[in-house]
Parts: sequence; structure tokens; C-alpha cells
Amino acid sequence: MAPLDELESSYRSAMRDRAFRRELDDLLRDFVGRATPLTEAKRFAAECGDFRLFLKREDLNHTGAHKINNALGQALLARRMGKQRIIAETGAGQHGVATATACALLGLECRVYMGEVDMARQELNVFRMRLLGAEVVPVASGSRTLKDAINEAIRDWVTNVRTTHYIIGSVLGPHPYPKIVRDFQSVIGREAVAQLKKRTGKLPDVALACVGGGSNAIGLFFPLLKEKSVRLIGVEAGGRGTGPGDHAARFLGGAPGVLHGTRSMVLQDEHGQIGETHSISAGLDYPSIGPEHAYWAGEGRIEFSSCSDEAAVGAFRKLSATEGIIPALESAHALGYLIERGKEIAPGSIVLVNLSGRGDKDVPQVAEMDRKAAER
Amino acid sequence: MKRIKVLFRRLAKERRTGLIAYLTCGDPGVAESVEIALALEQAGADALELGAPFSDPIADGPVIQAASQRSLERGTTIADVLEIARSVRAQSTIPLIVFSYLNPILRFGVERFAGEAAAAGVDAVLFTDLPPEAAKEIRGTFHAAGLGTIFLAAPTSTDERLARIDRASDGFVYYVSTTGVTGARRELDAELVERLQAVRGKLRNPVAVGFGISERDHYLALEGKCDAVVVGSAIVRAIAEGEASSAAGRAAEVVRRILGN
Repeated sequence: MAPLDELESSYRSAMRDRAFRRELDDLLRDFVGRATPLTEAKRFAAECGDFRLFLKREDLNHTGAHKINNALGQALLARRMGKQRIIAETGAGQHGVATATACALLGLECRVYMGEVDMARQELNVFRMRLLGAEVVPVASGSRTLKDAINEAIRDWVTNVRTTHYIIGSVLGPHPYPKIVRDFQSVIGREAVAQLKKRTGKLPDVALACVGGGSNAIGLFFPLLKEKSVRLIGVEAGGRGTGPGDHAARFLGGAPGVLHGTRSMVLQDEHGQIGETHSISAGLDYPSIGPEHAYWAGEGRIEFSSCSDEAAVGAFRKLSATEGIIPALESAHALGYLIERGKEIAPGSIVLVNLSGRGDKDVPQVAEMDRKAAER
Repeated sequence: MKRIKVLFRRLAKERRTGLIAYLTCGDPGVAESVEIALALEQAGADALELGAPFSDPIADGPVIQAASQRSLERGTTIADVLEIARSVRAQSTIPLIVFSYLNPILRFGVERFAGEAAAAGVDAVLFTDLPPEAAKEIRGTFHAAGLGTIFLAAPTSTDERLARIDRASDGFVYYVSTTGVTGARRELDAELVERLQAVRGKLRNPVAVGFGISERDHYLALEGKCDAVVVGSAIVRAIAEGEASSAAGRAAEVVRRILGN
């Protein structure tokens, strides 16, 4: 608890410090490439329904996903706290790559925990992290995915807490992590709302994002929470079915519980043991969800839906073919929702989707699926 | 709850440093856990920690992680942990502390657990992942049933937190010997004895020291510096290394070796 208290007070003082905020803003502009564009996707939208679709292009950030917004913010914070050693967990590898990148930039030591299953399906990102100077540690326990990588990162952190800062990659973990990550990611929503207003003069009618832990979603939604006219929809990983272990849709099969120091909706069995999950996308493959999402779901402010593996791959292909944008499989879940339920959206609506990452990392996996399908 | 207080009063009177023995319930089996518990007491353990297996034991090192995994694969549940407590209580007055992660007990139901655990003869519960700041409700429910709560203090705990942990703990405070997870270590943290001196002066409760204690030398180094030591991974490892039928003997041997009996 003492390190969490220290983190909270350091974070508060950093955010009050104009020089700290300026350094972060400068890096977001000059290193990350913010502001990211807002792209209207007319051909994709036309195949889904009668609405205008705008994509917030987090895929165009340096390192290819929204994860860098938080990694850079927390790395600066760690340096300010005098912590030279950084650890992180990663699922799809995007947060690991972002953290390794921030550490290379700031000259910090970096170790990333990654489940063995994820290392196999995201080989390219493992290589990228190593190129960036990070040590990637395979995690062989449990389901060998994101949850287990977090377990190992927490064990490392409690052991080396005096010298080490743990850069958690999503709005998860004990307070103040969910708040810190949300704040660093809410730049997405602030930019998107300003860009959309400039372009259309309006707020979106619907905002959509995929939800693993939920950092890209809360980043987009946070500035819109107070705008009651805007429907906010989080799309979870529907996986390959509705049975236990076949998906990662916490609002479909989960119950309130405590995992990794936070109370939220958790996929678990009748005895409170944490459930196994499945998703085609490593970044959504986690049995719990950020506690703030669970809160807003309870308040009825954020709706949750899910998109199957198959529909996500369909959206991955369709966006590539109709818009010339290859989305991450994670982000493709939000687009899959539009393919499946776009007809339910009122004609003339403005829909805003967070395109949280690019799909280069997923191309080998989809190519492999195609190869296997051809063999059958 | 009372049995823990009586124990520490007796230890103080005898000027003896107690030994609290941990076992992962259901490893290698529920019936064996009862045998092991009784053998640990026979060998000189003053209190028992009954570890409830959890799928994601983030405070535990590889030995207890593996034991939890084996136990869950055999289907051990919270009801089994209570069954073990009940069976031990039928044959012994040794203090029993359930050592658990929060989620399985939330799922079981806090009130239901409090009632059934107290009836089974459990004295207190230690949650690895529940800080006293968030425990008010659970403590109230447990106290109403006659069940105590024990909290962990760490080397990084500030004085303010130590005081809070002390206030929320019934019977003793569990002081974690070093920053890190459970698991036998060759040597104790170099500053442990010094830190204990400072910590003891600040607490009204007796102090039990755990994490890493596995050798006779460790016990001797801590003798008189704390009120009890907790031995976990060394016992759990001995249980795993050999036939299930002789696990109790191997577990007891660890306690005898550490106590020098």
C-alpha cells in the first residue's frame, strides 16, 4: 500500500507541475505524432448501415497503438520518482512495445512479462521489444496469457518496489492505476471531440471502442461521459462461443469479484476461481475489466456488447479492403459490432470509433488462419 | 479468536518464540491435509495457517503456486478448507488461521463463510489481497461471528499504516520479512532483525514474521526478536516431494528441524 500511496502523491504533484505536463505534451507531439487524424470511413460505413463513421486514428501513433500515450506518461512519472527500472505486462505486445519504446527514449531499464501463448501469436512484437532493449520474460503459469503476465509483474513489483515502477498497461489494478491510465488516455477523446466538432459541428451520436482492460475505451469515452446524448458502447471479445473459457465478455458471463487488487466484473467459476478466457485477439484476452467500466455499466451510462472472433476477422478484412486501413484485431471488434448491428443505428447518425491500433502485428496470424482454412 | 490470544500470552510467559505452520489445503488431498495438520502440531507447531488454494496467487512464490494449482486440479473448494478445519478442531485446540485470497470467499459469501468458519473452529482469517483500508465491512461481519482478522505489514509500511494494520488485526500482526512473495530463501533479509526491533515497539499486538523462513538458523536468528515465525513453503515443498501417504511425516520433520527438536 505504501508504494501505491507514494505513486498517488507523485502523480498528483506531477500533474500540478506545468513543466511535467509540457514535457509530456511535447513528446506526444514530436515523438508520438499527436494529434492523430480523424478519418471518415465512407465505404465501410455504406456497407454497415445509414450513418457517418469517423475513425480516431490511434493506429497512426508511433508504435502503432494508443498504448504509447500511457506508457510515455508513466515513464516520465517513474523518472520523476527516481525509479530507473521499469516493468510491464503485455498481452498483444502493444503495451510492451510502447513501454520498451518509452524506456529506450528516456534511458530506463525495461523488463516485460508476456504469456507464452501470447509470445507465440505475437512474435513480431516480441522481436520489436528486444530490439528496443527490453528484456522479455515468458510466463508459463496458468493460461499463459495477459492475466498471468500481470501476476508475474505484480510479483516482481512487490519484490523490487523500492527501485522499480510498474507501468500497468490498462485501466486495471489497484488505485491509483485506473485513474492514472485513464487520465493519460483521455487525450484520445478530447482530440476526437474537438476534431469532430470542427468537421461536423456536432458531437457523435454513438461512440464505440473495443474493451479488454478498457484503456482505449475509457480514453475515448471519458470526455463524453457528461454528454448524455451520446451513446457509449464498449465491445468485448465474444470469442468462439458463450461457454466458460470460450470468450472474454465479462458482462456476458462474469460476476462481481476481486482480481489484481481491484473490484470489478470478473469471469470466474462458482468457487471464485478466476476463469480461463479465449479471444482471437491477445489484447482483449483478460478475465476482468477496468473497475470504472463496471461502475458506468451499473449506472447505465456505458453499454456493453460483444463481437465474436469470426466477426472481428470479418471486420479486419472489410476495413482493409474498403478503406485501405488494416486495423488491429482488438480494434476490429468495435468495427465488427457495426457490421452486425449497424442497421439498428438511426439513419443519419454520426458514429465515432476508436481505431486503437494497427493490424500489422496480426497479419501473420490471419494469414496462418487462411492457410489452415485452405488446407481443410 | 480467543485461542490466538491465549497462545501469545503463553508464549510470552514461557519466553518462547512460537512457530506457525502453513499448509496448502487439499495438497495432496483433503484427508491428507488433516493428517498433516495434526502431525505439524505434534512436531511442535503452535498454530496452523490453512491456505485456501486460488487460481491467481499473486503473493505466492513458485512452491505455493504449484501446490495451489495441484489442489485446484483435485477440486478443492472453500467448503473443503472448512471441512479440514472442522476435522482438525475435533481433535485439537491449536489456533487455526485461514490464509486466503479474497475472491473465493466473496463468492462463497462473506456472511456464510463467517458463520461456517467460526462453527468449524477457525479463529481468524488473513487475506493476502485485502488491505485494512478496504476491510471494514468484512471485519464487522467476521467479528459478529466471533472470527478475527489478521493483516500483513511489509518492510515498506509507514508508521501510519503500521498503526492501522495493528488496530485492524486480532491476536497478532503478520510481518512480511522482506519485500517479495512467499518462498524459502537461503538467507534472511540483512536488516530484518533491526527493523523488527523498531516495528515491535510500535505495535500493541504480538508480531509473527513470515516469508522466506525455512532453516533452523533463521529461527535462531529471530528467536526473541519476534513472537512467532511462520514457516510455509519449506513445509509445502516437503509435502510435495514424495508419496502422499508419508507427506505428514515429511511436513513434521521440517518443523522439528527448524525447532531443533
